[in-house]
Amino acid sequence: MNHDTPDENFQIPPPERIGEERGSLTRIVQEMVFTVDHKKLGLMYIASGLLFFVVSGLMAVVIRIQLSGPRNHFVDPDTFNRLFTMHGTAMVFLVGMPIIFGFANYLVPLMIGARDMAFPRMNAFGFWVFFFSGVLLYFSYLGAPGLYAAGSAPDIGWFAYSPLTAKAFSRGHSTDYWTLSLLLGGIGSIATSINIIVTVACLRCKGMILGRMPLFVWLFLVVAFMVIIAMPPLSACQIMLILDRYCGAHFFDTQAGGSAVLWQHFFWIFGHPEVYILILPGFAITSEVIPVFSRKPIFGYPVMVAASVMIAFISLGVWAHHMFTVGMSSITNTFFAISTLLVAIPTGIKIFNWLGTMYGGKLRFELPMLFCIGFLFQFLIAGLTGVMLAIAPFDWQLNNSYFVVAHFHYVLIGGLLYTIFAGIYYWYPKALGKMPDFKLGIWHLVLFTVGFHLTFLPQHVSGALGMPRRIYTYDAGRGWDLWNLLSSIGVIFQVAGILFFVFNLIYSYVKGKKAGDDPWDAWSLEWATSSPPPSYNFETIPEVRSRRPLWDLKHPDDPDWKYE
Amino acid sequence: MKAMLPGSKRIFNHACRRLLGATPFLILFFLLSTPAYPQAGGVMRPVSDMFDPLSRPAEMIHNSSLLVLAITAGIFVVVTALLVYVVWKFRRKGPEDDLREPPQIYGSTHIELAWTVVPIIITFVLILVTSRTIGEIQNRKMPANAVQIRLVGHQWWWEVQYPKEGIVTANEIHVPVSRRNGPGERPTELTLESADVIHSFWVPQLAGKTDLIPNRKNHAWIEPFATGTFFGSCAAFCGTQHANMLLRVIVHEPEDYDRWVKEMKQPVVAAQPGLAGKGHDAFFSHSCVNCHKVDGTVAAGVFGPNLTKLMTRQTIGAGVAPLTPETLRAWVRDPQSIKTGCLMPDMQLPDNEVDSITAYLLTLK
Repeated sequence: MNHDTPDENFQIPPPERIGEERGSLTRIVQEMVFTVDHKKLGLMYIASGLLFFVVSGLMAVVIRIQLSGPRNHFVDPDTFNRLFTMHGTAMVFLVGMPIIFGFANYLVPLMIGARDMAFPRMNAFGFWVFFFSGVLLYFSYLGAPGLYAAGSAPDIGWFAYSPLTAKAFSRGHSTDYWTLSLLLGGIGSIATSINIIVTVACLRCKGMILGRMPLFVWLFLVVAFMVIIAMPPLSACQIMLILDRYCGAHFFDTQAGGSAVLWQHFFWIFGHPEVYILILPGFAITSEVIPVFSRKPIFGYPVMVAASVMIAFISLGVWAHHMFTVGMSSITNTFFAISTLLVAIPTGIKIFNWLGTMYGGKLRFELPMLFCIGFLFQFLIAGLTGVMLAIAPFDWQLNNSYFVVAHFHYVLIGGLLYTIFAGIYYWYPKALGKMPDFKLGIWHLVLFTVGFHLTFLPQHVSGALGMPRRIYTYDAGRGWDLWNLLSSIGVIFQVAGILFFVFNLIYSYVKGKKAGDDPWDAWSLEWATSSPPPSYNFETIPEVRSRRPLWDLKHPDDPDWKYE
Repeated sequence: MKAMLPGSKRIFNHACRRLLGATPFLILFFLLSTPAYPQAGGVMRPVSDMFDPLSRPAEMIHNSSLLVLAITAGIFVVVTALLVYVVWKFRRKGPEDDLREPPQIYGSTHIELAWTVVPIIITFVLILVTSRTIGEIQNRKMPANAVQIRLVGHQWWWEVQYPKEGIVTANEIHVPVSRRNGPGERPTELTLESADVIHSFWVPQLAGKTDLIPNRKNHAWIEPFATGTFFGSCAAFCGTQHANMLLRVIVHEPEDYDRWVKEMKQPVVAAQPGLAGKGHDAFFSHSCVNCHKVDGTVAAGVFGPNLTKLMTRQTIGAGVAPLTPETLRAWVRDPQSIKTGCLMPDMQLPDNEVDSITAYLLTLK
C-alpha cells in the first residue's frame, strides 16, 4: 500500500471529552497544550512573538517619553535601565527568534511537501521551553513575596557586560532571571533548529532535490545551522556567569585575575551570528514574495544560495567588530574590520538579485510586495551604516552612540520586521483562509513607515553629535534636544501603525474575503493545498520537477524544468 | 595630506562636505554647526560633533570617514535610483497585464559577475583606507614631552591623575593645546583603567572611544589644536548613573596649562575661623574622610573624588549640575536628590552642619 495516500476507511477517533464542548476555552487551551502539529505550533510561535512584541514595544514607548526632552523625569534611572534591558532582550529572544521559528515551523514542511516536522514532539517541546523562558524573564518584574529581590527586572543591558553582572555590582536575583531565561531559550532554539535541519534533510518530497528547494527553505536551513553553532557559546558564558555568581568561580571576576573581555568574546561569538540568524529569515521571506509579485522566478537562484551560505560563514568570523574600543591590537582590529567589510559583498549580491528579479517583471503592489520594497530601501540604509561601523576608526566614534541604535533598528525593524509584516500578510490567507484587508494594510504601512523613519533617522544625527546610548537623560544645549523630540514624535505614528496592523489581523479573520487555495497565483508547494491546510498538509504527497512546481502545473506548455 | 597647508586642508574638508551634502541622508549630518560660546574655562564646546574634530586622532578618523561617507552615499544614490526606476517602470499598468506573464528570466552569469566584482573592488578600497588609519592612530609614537595622564573610571565619576606632576583631580581633564608639526607639538597620552566595571572614554571632538576595563591597561591619546572646554561622557553602560558620568576636557594655552599645574600643586589653605572652620571640624569628625581625600590632611579616602581643589571645577557629581555654592549645599545635604543612586549616601546631616561643611568645601581652591 502506498503510505502517501490516506486510507479511505480511516476515521479520526473522537477526541476524548473532558467535560467541555468543542470550541470552549478549556478545549482550546487543551488543544494548544497537546498539539504537535507544526502549523499550530508555528502560529503559536508567531502569536506569542507578537504578544511579546507589543509588550516590549510599549517599553520602548516609555523609553522615548523619558528621552523626549532634556532632564525629563518620567521614570527614574533604574527603571529606565530595566526598560532598555528588557526591551532589547525581549525583542531579540522573545520576539525575533520565536517569530522566525514560527515561519519556519509553519512553512518548511509545506514547502518541501512533508506532512509535519521530523520530530513533532520535540517541536512542541521547543515552543514551550521558549514560552516559559519568556514568562520567566518577565516574571522578574513581579515582586513575589518570599522571593528576595525578585521584584526587579535585570538592568544590565541586553549584552550584560561583565563585571557589571558580578554579585558586587548586580545584587539580588534579576541577573539570574536573565541568565536562566536565556539558557532555557537557547535549549528551545537548538531543539527547533535540529528539527529544521532533519526535516529538510529527510522529509523532502519526491523530486525536491536541494537545488529545487525554495530559497525560503534554503535560508532557514542555513539559519538552523547558525543557531546550532552560535547558541552554545551563549549558553557556555551564561553557565560561567552562574558559576561566578554562586560557586565562587572567577571567569569574569577581575578582582581575582578573571577577564572582563572574555565575556564579550563569548557573547559576541553568539551575538553577531545572531544578527544574521535574525535577518536571513527576512531574506527568506523577501525571496518568496518578490518573485511572486514580480511574476518572475528569482534571479540567479544558485548565487542567492551561495551568497546566503557565504554570509553565514563570514558572520562566524566578525564578532570582535563589536569590540573595536576594548583596546585590541591594531592587527586584530584590522582583521575584524576586513572580515566585516567582506559581508558587504554577498549582501550586495542579494540586493542586486532582488532588483534583477523585479526588473522586467509586472509588479503587483499587494501588501507583501509593498513591505518588501520598504525592506529593500531600509535594509540598504542599514547596510551602508553597517559599512561605516565596520571601518574600525569610524567605529571608535560611532560605537555605543545613538548612531548604532539607529543602525540596528534599521536592520531589525526596517529589515526584519518589515519582512515579518510582509510574511504575515503573504501567508495570512494560507494560514487562516481569509484575505487581509488591503486598505487597513495601507494605513499600517504608511503610518508605520513615517513613524519608523521619524524615530530612527534623527538618531543617526544625535549619535554623530556625541550622544551615547543607554543614558536615561541628558543636558539641554548639547544639540540633542530636537533630534530626540523628533524621535519621540515618530513613536506616535509607529504605535498607530501597529494598532492598524493588529486590528487588521482580527478584522480580516472575522470579515475578510475567503482566500481560496492560491490567492496570489504563487508557485511553491504550500499553495497547492487548501487554506488553511488540513492537519496532514497534502492529500497526496506531491512530486516536483522544478523550483516552481505550481508554475509547471499552470503552464504545462512552458514548464520550468525545461530550463533548469 | 601632510604637505598641505592647514588652510587648504580645511577648504578641502569643506568642499568634501558640500559635495556630500548632495544626498538627503547625509544632509542631516552637515546641517549641524557647532555653536561655541566663551565662559570661564575658555570657549565652551557643548555640542560634541564628531564631524567637527579639533584634535589629531579625531581629525584622522574624520578624514577617513569622509571617504567612507562619499562611497556609501554613492552606493545609496545608485541603488535607490535603480529601485525607484524598477518599481516605476515595471509596475502593473492595468488588468491587461494579468493576462500574460512577463518573460521568465532565470539569471545571467555576466550581470551577476559584474555586480559581484564591483562590490569587491569597493570593499578592497575601504579595507586599504581602514588598515592605514588604524595603524596611524594606534601605533602613533608619543613624543617625550607628551602629557601623561592616568584616567581611572569609577561608578559614576572619573579620577584624573597626573603621575609626573603629582596632581589628582576628578571629572575634568586639563591639557595643553598642541601646535601642528612644530616644536609646540604636545599630545596627551591617557592610560585608561577602571576601579569597578567597564567604562569608556569618549570626547568626540578630540578622539574616538577607548574602554576603561578593570584589570587591564588601555591607552588613548588626544592632541587638541584648539583651546576651550570639550564635552564628553562615559560611553559604555556602567550602571544606574551611566547617564551622569560626564567628562570635560579643558584645553589651555601652554602657558595657562603650566600655571594651572602650578596652582594645583599649591598646598591647601589652612583651616579658617568662623563657619568654614566649624565645617572643617565637622568634615573631619564625620565619615566624609573615609571616602574623600584632601591633600595634606588626614582625609585620605580613595572611594570618592579627591576634593583638594574642589572649587576649581566646573561641575559637581561628574557633570550632573554646574558647581555653585547652591548645588554644592544641595549635594552635601542629600546627593541622592541630585544624582539618584550615586554611591555617596544621604548623610542625614543637620542644617547647621550642612551649612558649615559647605562653607569649608568652598574654601578648597
